[in-house]
Amino acid sequence: MPTSLASKFLTSKWTKAVLFLVCLGPLAAIIVPFVLHATIPDPLQFIQHGTGDWTLRFLVITLAITPLRQLLHLPELIRFRRMLGLYAFFYGFMHFTTYLVFDKIFDVHEIWKDIYKRPFITVGFLALTLLVPLAITSTAGWIRRLGGRRWRILHRAIYISAVCGVIHYYWLVKSAVIRPLFYAALVGLLLAWRVGDWLLRRRRAALAGALPQRTPVNASQ
Amino acid sequence: MLLRKSKDLTYADVTPKAVVSNRRKFLRGAGLAFIGAFAGKRLFDVAVSPSVGAGTKLDTIKSPFSTDEKINSFNDVTHYNNFYEFGVEKDEPAKNARRFVTSPWTVSVGGEVKKSRKFSMDEIVKLAPLEERIYRHRCVEGWSIVVPWIGFSFSTLANLVEPTPKARFVAFESYYDMGQMPLGRYAGIQLPYIEGLRLDEAMHPLTLLCVGMYGETLPNQDGAPVRLVVPWKYGFKSIKSLVKIRFVKDKPDTTWNLSAPQEYGFYSNVNPDVDHPRWSQARERRLPELFKSHKTLIFNGYGDQVASLYNGMDLRKNY
Repeated sequence: MPTSLASKFLTSKWTKAVLFLVCLGPLAAIIVPFVLHATIPDPLQFIQHGTGDWTLRFLVITLAITPLRQLLHLPELIRFRRMLGLYAFFYGFMHFTTYLVFDKIFDVHEIWKDIYKRPFITVGFLALTLLVPLAITSTAGWIRRLGGRRWRILHRAIYISAVCGVIHYYWLVKSAVIRPLFYAALVGLLLAWRVGDWLLRRRRAALAGALPQRTPVNASQ
Repeated sequence: MLLRKSKDLTYADVTPKAVVSNRRKFLRGAGLAFIGAFAGKRLFDVAVSPSVGAGTKLDTIKSPFSTDEKINSFNDVTHYNNFYEFGVEKDEPAKNARRFVTSPWTVSVGGEVKKSRKFSMDEIVKLAPLEERIYRHRCVEGWSIVVPWIGFSFSTLANLVEPTPKARFVAFESYYDMGQMPLGRYAGIQLPYIEGLRLDEAMHPLTLLCVGMYGETLPNQDGAPVRLVVPWKYGFKSIKSLVKIRFVKDKPDTTWNLSAPQEYGFYSNVNPDVDHPRWSQARERRLPELFKSHKTLIFNGYGDQVASLYNGMDLRKNY
């Protein structure tokens, strides 16, 4: 059966190892041109756009795991969610670091001024900051310490982070907003699915809650 | 295809881009038939991408306005372009402007002038001795380059049409044609691209009517066949692929000002003390350097020549 095959593939330890390496691909694509001394007219923009794009992409992929698990009936996909989320944080961190090192040259005062004065940096900084506690509490130990319910509530911060990331991108571009709007559509779709899923569950729960009450009445008749 | 310019060759003798692109089309078709698929196309694009020598050599004289700073590589200046008619990413114009037809070309000059007329490219390059002017070029985005432009002061052309006393500003317009520039639709700015200068700014000797760079005619992605270069202003003021020049009474509309008036003023003089609302203008990256380590200079370092144009003006208000 194809499902069990897929399930076998998804639960293999090799799949996860390969995916780990694949996720390093974008980093390699950023570093290799420098190693090969390729001519990159604007290296800083090259690095910043590369790391920024991949932060958003990994956020979208991470957010897509839950809907895909349900739609494709592949619960095993959960195995990759933490790693993908951590990669989003990793590329976001690189994105901020290049800004810190190359653009601002460690001028902390300048950075605070940017965060305070420039909304696109404020919102970008917020997007990354929100991911910090999520990265820290991504371990099994922290899930246990917090308890599943509280952990899940905390990790809903990724929704806000993704929205902030899209706004950051939208406010950054000078005029051509097609790409930011594309990400906005993706994030919007993934969040809308969750709202829909939540409403559906609530209705089902309400129905399920109503049924047992009725059953005894029926039984007694 | 290096063509040495001999005396009887005129600007119109430049191999028309259409011919070149037809040849490429054939080669590409043949190549694709054999290699097929995406990877093949990639390889082929690299093989036929125009290198140094795609233009025609121009004879130039030196200019006292040139800086002695290190010139950027030809490759940098031709593969890192803001030319939204050919795509909004910096590497897109180099690919998408290849088939841009720039011959024949005429520039119409009119408005508040005594002798409105049209100039062919052949006429333009003969209006004055061509000078090589090595200018700093500072983009509003925070990067800068040093480019050996070729041309002569815009005032030479302006004086020929004799502006009347009513003329107080000059309005410029770029070529725009959805057929050749299908990506213009997604540029997010109003096209055709329009720019403007105050008359005294336009008549300043530093304002260059530019027909070439690096010893050759302009590559398509850098604004072929004729553009403006205003070195003390942010790069977007230096309009590309000029087709229309009008001397006017009132301040003309300009593309980026229409798009985001609070971010891009009419003057847009390079000024480290007036931040762009979204980023600081205090420093710049001198490409291809990685660090934003160069201090930006007022009027891009051309203050000695142009500061007097703005005496008594509040540069914060008139950004």
